[in-house]
Amino acid sequence: MLNTYVVYVENKPGVLTRVASLFRRRAFNIDSLTVGRTEKPEVSRMTITVDADLDQARRIEANLYKLVNVLLVENITSEPSIVRDLAMIKVAATHEARSHVLELASVFRARVVDVAPESLIIEITGGEDKIDGLLEVLRPYGVLEMVRTGIVAMRRGKTTTSTSHNEGNQDTAEEDVSQSV
Amino acid sequence: MKDTAGKSMTGASILWECIEREGVKHVFGYPGGAILPAYDALKHSKIHHVLVRHEQGATHMADGYARASGQVGVAVATSGPGATNMVTGIATAMLDSSPIVCITGQVGSKLIGSDAFQETDITGVTLPITKHNYLVTHANEVARTIREAFYVARSGRPGPVLVDITKDAQQTSCAFDWDAAKPQLPGYRPDLSPEQKEYEQALDLIHNAKRPVILAGHGILISGAMQEVRDFAERAGIPVALTLLGIGAFPAAHPLNLGMMGMHGEAWVNHTIQEADLLLAFGMRFDDRVTGNLKTYAPNAKKIHIEIDPAEINKNVKVDVPLVGDLREVLHELLPQVESIDRSEWLDFIDKLKGDSAVRDIQNLPDSGHLYAAHVINDLWRETRDGDTVVVTDVGQHQMWEAQYYKHEKARSLITSGGLGTMGFALPAAVGAKVARPEAEVWVVVGDGGFQMTLCELATIVQEKLKINIAIINNGFLGMVRQWQEFFYERNYAATPLLNPDFAKLGEAYGIHSITVTERSQVVPSVRAARAHDGPVLLNFRVEQEDTVYPMVAAGASLHEMIRRPSKIVETAADE
Repeated sequence: MLNTYVVYVENKPGVLTRVASLFRRRAFNIDSLTVGRTEKPEVSRMTITVDADLDQARRIEANLYKLVNVLLVENITSEPSIVRDLAMIKVAATHEARSHVLELASVFRARVVDVAPESLIIEITGGEDKIDGLLEVLRPYGVLEMVRTGIVAMRRGKTTTSTSHNEGNQDTAEEDVSQSV
Repeated sequence: MKDTAGKSMTGASILWECIEREGVKHVFGYPGGAILPAYDALKHSKIHHVLVRHEQGATHMADGYARASGQVGVAVATSGPGATNMVTGIATAMLDSSPIVCITGQVGSKLIGSDAFQETDITGVTLPITKHNYLVTHANEVARTIREAFYVARSGRPGPVLVDITKDAQQTSCAFDWDAAKPQLPGYRPDLSPEQKEYEQALDLIHNAKRPVILAGHGILISGAMQEVRDFAERAGIPVALTLLGIGAFPAAHPLNLGMMGMHGEAWVNHTIQEADLLLAFGMRFDDRVTGNLKTYAPNAKKIHIEIDPAEINKNVKVDVPLVGDLREVLHELLPQVESIDRSEWLDFIDKLKGDSAVRDIQNLPDSGHLYAAHVINDLWRETRDGDTVVVTDVGQHQMWEAQYYKHEKARSLITSGGLGTMGFALPAAVGAKVARPEAEVWVVVGDGGFQMTLCELATIVQEKLKINIAIINNGFLGMVRQWQEFFYERNYAATPLLNPDFAKLGEAYGIHSITVTERSQVVPSVRAARAHDGPVLLNFRVEQEDTVYPMVAAGASLHEMIRRPSKIVETAADE
């Protein structure tokens, strides 16, 4: 099954290589890995998705912790969380097809970010399923190029995956009311 | 300690100052362009530098030093080929959890990435075979990095750490302040301990077990838990089987000691494990060489795994109760709660498993005039058993015979490459062991194949005036590979016969007193001559060429499916 990890690491050169190398040498196949800055300049945050059974998933976590630069690992697969992927899709849009494509984009709440005589670039944010859905309906018009960021994830509610857990227990029973679009 | 707070020093001087403050008195290294500033600064240091003949040797020496003493060993090399020559030694230390720090020079920071002369991305190369590594490009990073390197190498599950220092970082100066350069490792957690509930579950299994076995591994030695394991085994009445690297962790002569388990463990040891209803794994990692086929491994046994590295839990063998923490501390917690249980029925059963093993043993044959490696090892043991002896073995048949026939009573009295199985390990590792423990009697037991991989270090032994005795088990073959070819490749001895030089003449060329031994009756006199000689001695034992290590669990076979010592060999040898 697909496991999603949120991993905080020290923001130092080479840390991404260490993490990627770990998955390679332990023969786990990364499905998606994104990395970026956090609210703290000395800390980077990764979202890693990897196909693994329960036992493998636990060992991945233990192996990540063995990397000296890894600060915190959380497997949020079974936690209520928001998962987002961003895609830019360049689709062929001739004069006749253009209005159909725009209509589809609007149904998926995607944005058109570039308009050219023969093509459009559509930007869409959402879960992977939603993006796959848009791709599916655009395909007949001709997808010329596509890029996806890979997923980023965050737990719902006030519960944080944070490197400063000891600043007070923020766990809450309240379920966040926000809905996935 | 000198007061150096705030004093301006070069990166090179800071390097030695920090290494000295970490308690290091000896380093093993080989100079070259990119590490020259460090070598130049060595003149101000009290550290003794051992000049090796190949950088691989330096890493094995640091490793042998660490295993003999429990202290961090240090190896030094230049950039490029100097650094890449260290790779085998680093991987060896990694797989056997040996704490070493490797210092390498690197080209100037402005040249990095330009394919400069002798530039190699050694932090990239060693990333998967080090516990952690560093690239240092500024003098002001040297102190903290060295402190972190030693801390990471020796804490938790120990391992090798490499510090690559650019030439300019060695040459430039900055203010040095030891106290301000504290390790900053916010994500590093070497000190885990089990939960109370897990202790209770473990005790429950221990008290309900009828046929328990302790599997004693290298972690006992690393943790320094020899006495605790002994107390535990005695109180709970549980027999102890050893891994190769666990040898010495439990006294060989102890009535609860079974001996080595696994591929070349005695038959009764492996049968005991297969019959057990509880395995207590103490600081071992269920390597494939000790488990055989995992599907049929100890099928009726519950498993308790006491292990400092959480990533080892459930890696090869699914365990019922993991106790993640330092073995010594965990046993301290468990010991007072362990009930004394009479297990004489189980121990009697194990005694019966020994069966005809004694009859099959080559040691019990009348002297046929042939020289077997087992005889050499056994005689060596008889002659040296009473002293503070360290035997350093290489990899192959002689290594297994040593493990079977040399009875180790003390911790850190056997040093060998287990996980990586590195041929060429023994000779340089013995140098490290002797430097770490000059009072100990150090013996190298090495095959004719492995010896020739690192024999250049004979010169290091002579130059350092080290009293090391070298026993070459010379059978003119890559013996263990030949054995596999005999069993599994229809005796097609492809690339295993060796045309060797006269090792005695070779030894003499280095100025080492050398004796060639071809008969069993000469073994004891030669060992005595070696011990009496003031200086290194090389003994060239020309043993039976096609001798075989028994028993053997074939790769992938079940642990109880062993190729036993055939009684036929016994007859043949006796008839002659």
